[in-house]
Amino acid sequence: MQVYKAPLKDYKFLIKDFLNSSTTDLILNNSDIDQSDLEMILDEAAKFCEEELLPINQSSDSEGCIFNKGKVATPKGFIKAYKNFVENGWQGISVEKKYGGQNLPYFVNMFLDEMISSANMSFGLYPGLTSNAIDAIEKSASNEIKDLYLPKLSTGEWTGTMNLTEPQCGTDLGLIKTMASPQANGSYKITGTKIFITCGEHDLSENIIHLVLAKTPNSPEGIKGISMFVVPKIIPDEEGNLGEKNSLECSSIEKKMGINASPTCVMHYNEAKGWLVGDLHKGMKAMFIMMNGARLMVGVQGLGMAEISYQSALYYAKERLQGRSLKETKNPDKPADPILVHPEIRKNLLKIKTLTEGIRGLMAWTGLQVDISRIEKDKFKKQHSDDWIALMTPILKSFSTEVGCEASSLAVQIYGGHGYIRDHGIEQLVRDARIAPIYEGTNGIQALDLVGRKMPMHTGRLLKSFFHVVKEYLEKNSFNYNLSEFIPPLAKSFGRLQQITSFIALKGLNDPDEAAGPATDYLKMFSLVAIGYVWTQYAEISYNKGKEDPEGFYKAKIESGKYYMSKILPETGSLMSSILSGAKYYNEFDDKYFDSGFAL
Amino acid sequence: MKILVTVKRVIDYNVQIRVKSDGSGVETENVKMSMNPPDENAVEEALRIKETGKADEVIVISVGGEKSQETIRTALAMGADRGILIKADSNLEPLAVAKVLQKIIEKENPKMVLLGKQAIDDDCNQTGQMLSALLGWEQGAFVSKIEVDGNSVSITREIDEGLEMLKLSLPVIVTCDLRLNEPRYASLPNIMKAKKKPIDLLNVEDLGVDTSPRIKQIKVEEPPKREKGIMVKDVAELVQKLKHEAKVI
Ligand SMILES: Cc1cc2nc3c(=O)[nH]c(=O)nc-3n(C[C@H](O)[C@H](O)[C@H](O)COP(=O)(O)OP(=O)(O)OC[C@H]3O[C@@H](n4cnc5c(N)ncnc54)[C@H](O)[C@@H]3O)c2cc1C
Repeated sequence: MQVYKAPLKDYKFLIKDFLNSSTTDLILNNSDIDQSDLEMILDEAAKFCEEELLPINQSSDSEGCIFNKGKVATPKGFIKAYKNFVENGWQGISVEKKYGGQNLPYFVNMFLDEMISSANMSFGLYPGLTSNAIDAIEKSASNEIKDLYLPKLSTGEWTGTMNLTEPQCGTDLGLIKTMASPQANGSYKITGTKIFITCGEHDLSENIIHLVLAKTPNSPEGIKGISMFVVPKIIPDEEGNLGEKNSLECSSIEKKMGINASPTCVMHYNEAKGWLVGDLHKGMKAMFIMMNGARLMVGVQGLGMAEISYQSALYYAKERLQGRSLKETKNPDKPADPILVHPEIRKNLLKIKTLTEGIRGLMAWTGLQVDISRIEKDKFKKQHSDDWIALMTPILKSFSTEVGCEASSLAVQIYGGHGYIRDHGIEQLVRDARIAPIYEGTNGIQALDLVGRKMPMHTGRLLKSFFHVVKEYLEKNSFNYNLSEFIPPLAKSFGRLQQITSFIALKGLNDPDEAAGPATDYLKMFSLVAIGYVWTQYAEISYNKGKEDPEGFYKAKIESGKYYMSKILPETGSLMSSILSGAKYYNEFDDKYFDSGFAL
Repeated sequence: MKILVTVKRVIDYNVQIRVKSDGSGVETENVKMSMNPPDENAVEEALRIKETGKADEVIVISVGGEKSQETIRTALAMGADRGILIKADSNLEPLAVAKVLQKIIEKENPKMVLLGKQAIDDDCNQTGQMLSALLGWEQGAFVSKIEVDGNSVSITREIDEGLEMLKLSLPVIVTCDLRLNEPRYASLPNIMKAKKKPIDLLNVEDLGVDTSPRIKQIKVEEPPKREKGIMVKDVAELVQKLKHEAKVI
């Protein structure tokens, strides 16, 4: 059974204890709210997700979207849920007030997005893509375009899409063929085919605003020649009233593994009217500004999937009676003990729990840096936040989505055969979670971004935003007696990370393959250490709060943290050995040996 | 027309109730609290009446501890205009609450008072009826439909025999059933606005009403655990057990 209650107590802990600082208060103040408002906002969002989105998660997966003559019908309940969502103002949560939004902090938006992703990941894509479009327009478009599109996007009356992918180009956007020809009136005519366009057509909103990457006549080769255009499904007049239909259509939707309640569309643009967003040939720049936020939010999807997987698995582990505890029977008046007594089940549950809660803290901290960067006047402080965000974005996108997949797969394992069959809705979690490591830049590409771009950037300055902070923290707490089960393992894994970082940097200078090869292993190692740092801080906070802990919340944090530090963090050791042995075992592996076992 | 809506802060309906070990009551520390569910229907209905233009102000009132402000805020975030909190420490009995409400009503002069038909903590189902008697106003209890037409209000009551339709004249007391409507979620912009809406704070002692309890609570304990079921051989044994052991036939 899909079980989900928003982890409100954990959010409260993050806000009140973990993020708690004068800066956080300043940020809340800047959004005109205080901590108790924040609680009410999260409570209300939780209610919506639990009562409106979760109940249609399974049914909308089995129904899917229906394509008929260019139109897409969303599954039962989506129209009502979407109407409710936008009428309650959630689309505009982080949008500037002058465009009708509420301008709430980014880290609050992350909590909301996590709840939506847990309760109904497919549903979340519609407003999610709109947020991406809002972000891209807000940061790069002219005032005219902003004034025309942002108000209706931020109320959710119109939704948005991002059009990058074409049949011949996925990761390598330099291969884009879609062409935009300038017109005398300053607009463009867009012609080409885009594939895999999430929410490219549907019945939830009166208009759909496509942001399309295209080349222009005689533009430079490759990604340097790409520009971004806003191409509405129905062309609005200057006041935003809907006019004629644009010359574009959805020609089919994909049958796919998961997120079945969101349409993945083939879009044809046939001399469709579009307008340039940002500067000519600077489409990739506009895309990247938006993409960082989008990548963090895909990471949040992974986190959301991990949370619902955990809760659903825990529920079952307490209910399902099979076998007996090896030492003493826990359930003498029943025919068997709950499977929660078995060590393997406990380990798997704790693995999901500790990774999920750890990632949530790292995510929230990074979200807070986004908010700090927006308001910070001090150049160096702002730079520190920006460096942290740039460094953590590939880490959070990748690692969190991997954890989403692993958690859902472990949930199936905990359910046994009952997870594999459809009825309980657990196999759906595996299928839904699986897209997140692929889109918004595959996880492989994220790892390359970390090693190839972020690591050498400003001669290692980004790395310092993390390394210096942890180093100082370790020095400050090295004699903290309470943390005796935290500081030593953190110090050890941190040492490994430092060592491997210089190893890769040095090797990479001579042979880029030696840096690219272990990129995903390095990213994983980095993630594990960063999360270890988060758990150590959780423990530090929790020891201090021990006296006011009637429910055992802080005690649970400490004990969970010990599990992470002693059972999960040591994986850094095997990753280190693997990386140190070098890349030659796969890079120099002769291509012809790949098919040595069969005749092609 | 002004509408006054009463809201009570109670243990959330999802929470498993625990009795305090000393038998003095139920555990409310660290327990999730929310607005009494039928009160949500009352707030919703008041807002709908206002939205049709038949009322111009919706005031929410709660009698209870400091924290009841949160419940009032929830109603304000749904769209109510302002709030009144009558601070009272102990759990007042329905008659005391009705007397407190009477005082406020005399001051505020609403033409309609909407209450939940009962509160899910004590299930008393008395406050509305008592208030009607104290004020001498017409009343409709367990109402699942309300239509306001000038000075009269047509209501449908959920009663044991089915539905009863009544026409009342203003001012009226109406206690709301869960079937009355589907309460809205508080919208984000309304949550933000609710912060700025006023809540008047009054102390129950300052109202000069006698709130002393009429009932003495001796002890609160868990209901007895359900006993294990048994299999009967045949119908004859079943009838025999129903007659002699359960004594229900
Ligand atoms: C359900 C769904 C929704 C989507 N939504 C959208 C959308 O809304 N808008 C949109 O524009 N696109 C969307 N996409 C497309 C998605 O972003 C791409 O599928 C993704 O970028 C990968 O491109 P590709 O599928 O062509 O794979 P490829 O680029 O062919 O990659 C295949 C494999 O090779 C690896 N690889 C490729 N290049 C390199 C390299 N240089 N170095 C190392 N490894 C490399 C990749 O990591 C991957 O493992 C969606 C896709 C799906 C399935």
